[in-house]
Amino acid sequence: MAGFMSRRDLTLFVGFAAIVLLLPILAAPFGAAYPDLLQRFMIFGIFALGFNILFGLTGYLSFGHAAFFGVGSYAAMWSFKLLSLNALPAIIFAVAIAGVFALVIGYVSLRRSGIYFSILTLAFAQMCYSLAYSVLTPITNGETGLRMASSDPRVLDRLFFDAPAGVPVPSLFGMSLSGWNGFYFSAVFLLATFLLAMRITNSPFGMMLKGIKSNQNRMNYTGFNTRPYTLTAFVISGMLAGLAGALLVVTDPLAGAERMQWTASGEVVLMTILGGVGTLVGPVIGAWLIKYFENIFSSFNDNVLSSFFSFLPDGAREVAVTIAGKFVGEGWHLSLGLLFVLIVVFLPGGIMEGARRIGARFGRPRNGSRVGRQRELSPTAAE
Amino acid sequence: MLTRENVVLHVADVHKNFGGLHALSDIDLQVEEGKTHAIIGPNGAGKSTLLNVIIGRLPPSSGAVVFDGIVLTGKKPHEINQLGVARVFQTPEIFADLSILQNVMTPAFARRDGAFKINMFRAVDNEKEIRQEAEAMLEDVGLIDRREGHAGALSRGDKRRLELAMCLIQKPRLLLLDEPTAGMSRHDTNTTIELLKKIKARGMTKVIIEHDMHVVFSLADRVTVLAQGRIIAAGSPDEVRGNPVVQEAYLGGAHL
Ligand SMILES: Nc1ncnc2c1ncn2[C@@H]1O[C@H](COP(=O)(O)OP(=O)(O)OP(=O)(O)O)[C@@H](O)[C@H]1O
Ligand SMILES: [Mg+2]
Repeated sequence: MAGFMSRRDLTLFVGFAAIVLLLPILAAPFGAAYPDLLQRFMIFGIFALGFNILFGLTGYLSFGHAAFFGVGSYAAMWSFKLLSLNALPAIIFAVAIAGVFALVIGYVSLRRSGIYFSILTLAFAQMCYSLAYSVLTPITNGETGLRMASSDPRVLDRLFFDAPAGVPVPSLFGMSLSGWNGFYFSAVFLLATFLLAMRITNSPFGMMLKGIKSNQNRMNYTGFNTRPYTLTAFVISGMLAGLAGALLVVTDPLAGAERMQWTASGEVVLMTILGGVGTLVGPVIGAWLIKYFENIFSSFNDNVLSSFFSFLPDGAREVAVTIAGKFVGEGWHLSLGLLFVLIVVFLPGGIMEGARRIGARFGRPRNGSRVGRQRELSPTAAE
Repeated sequence: MLTRENVVLHVADVHKNFGGLHALSDIDLQVEEGKTHAIIGPNGAGKSTLLNVIIGRLPPSSGAVVFDGIVLTGKKPHEINQLGVARVFQTPEIFADLSILQNVMTPAFARRDGAFKINMFRAVDNEKEIRQEAEAMLEDVGLIDRREGHAGALSRGDKRRLELAMCLIQKPRLLLLDEPTAGMSRHDTNTTIELLKKIKARGMTKVIIEHDMHVVFSLADRVTVLAQGRIIAAGSPDEVRGNPVVQEAYLGGAHL
């Protein structure tokens, strides 16, 4: 273990693991302690961590990562249908297929950088979306989405036992993955992803990626072939998006095209920036916050609002409800957009940057010329 | 022109045009192994362009660059570096977001691991050898006390010293320096001269562009004078100093 992880990393990992595993208790005061929501915390935490390996370390901003998420969902679903209800082969299959997609899309997109790279990834993702939505309906079942049926072949399962009656659900070697089991199953993958992200960030490979973000020209004149570095980061982050997509199908056995839409790609960008680009825990925090508020805001309706504004006189209450109503329920994305604008304008380093500023104000003042651990990872350090 | 025996860098009949501008014409230059070759000339003479052609930043319009029997023209910058050519730029090219120590460790990895290697199962903190080497290098350029500091926060002269350390740690066979002392105090300039003399003793070949004649005359074995993209004189420092054409084109200015 000694050469594998420094004490500081070990502390960080143990702390993170403790929080994740105790979430069912810790989230209770916030009314978030139910398996379905916490499982989404895990899944989107993985998505954001993976995304950050590309965006946070190399600086390449992909606007198409939902494509890999969606590909992972479809691949996992096909594994459930064709092979087995066991979640493990489904996940392996999903990660592999997402990796192949990432390799092809990354290979082409990484020929450009900056805004052109972003637009290429966006274009590829929209192509994947329309393939899923209309072109490849035999594979994706188009608009309706792909789900399991008791008549599915599931060749591996049928080798050993007869198909169970009723609606098939994913499991892990016969163990049910619904409820808290599903949460802990996803939590294990989140912890593994966190470990991987930590390894990469602190390794020479990660330092090369940060070098590419900082000054790609210098990397070339220093003897590095930067293309395979960025491609490796791209494929790793695509595979992690595929993993997240597969895990979502385990809980919610319906794979639909809308998960590949550009809004879904934008959401992971938001999560990462909200939490803090290039930091380790930032993207996870961003993912959790967005999923938490999405859950709360989108459940609000006019009745909830009018009881909230019940202290106002009749006319004013109606105005307040109408205005506030635009920002909740279906309009939740409006609030999200607003939050995003505020963060980018006032706190471009995200929540981690905010925490650091507060820490600096109250804690020991840091020597300005020294590079703090977080600072060296933070994108704002460039300015 | 005859190729001398121990020539390590040969710039052969290089031309470079930018649209109608002849930035380089008829450049033929030979640099001998272990020697320090200075290139001087007024602003806009084409000195930096020449280095850009050598390291593959710009393709020449015609002609070729040969290093140690290998044609560099057409190769990618990272391939040229891996052959043993490193460069200090006129405007420092460093990793502004990384720490000073990381700036120097990164090129050491390029030398040890080559152009591409996925090395993600060891922590940087455990790369003791590379770290020690980088610290020794920072000691040499006088930045060791600030190794944890942010490279972007350094002064221009310090960035230049950092960039020099980044090149030197690769132990290149050929080092190209584009005004390595510009923006430095007299004291730092002298330290840099001493450092460059020290590496010369180790046999590193250098091409150095300088405006500071004090630096040129303390380091160079040979001097080539460029003006308007052409070589107007070449020879030992003393020969060049006495050359009336050079006096006229360049040294007559404020530099001597
Ligand atoms: N990429 C480019 N595109 C167009 N013109 C260029 C380019 N690079 C250099 N030039 C032009 O070529 C000429 C030579 O420039 P160069 O930078 O090589 O001069 P220099 O000798 O290094 O001058 P200085 O002493 O000012 O650094 C200049 O007229 C410059 O404007
Ligand atoms: Mg120049």
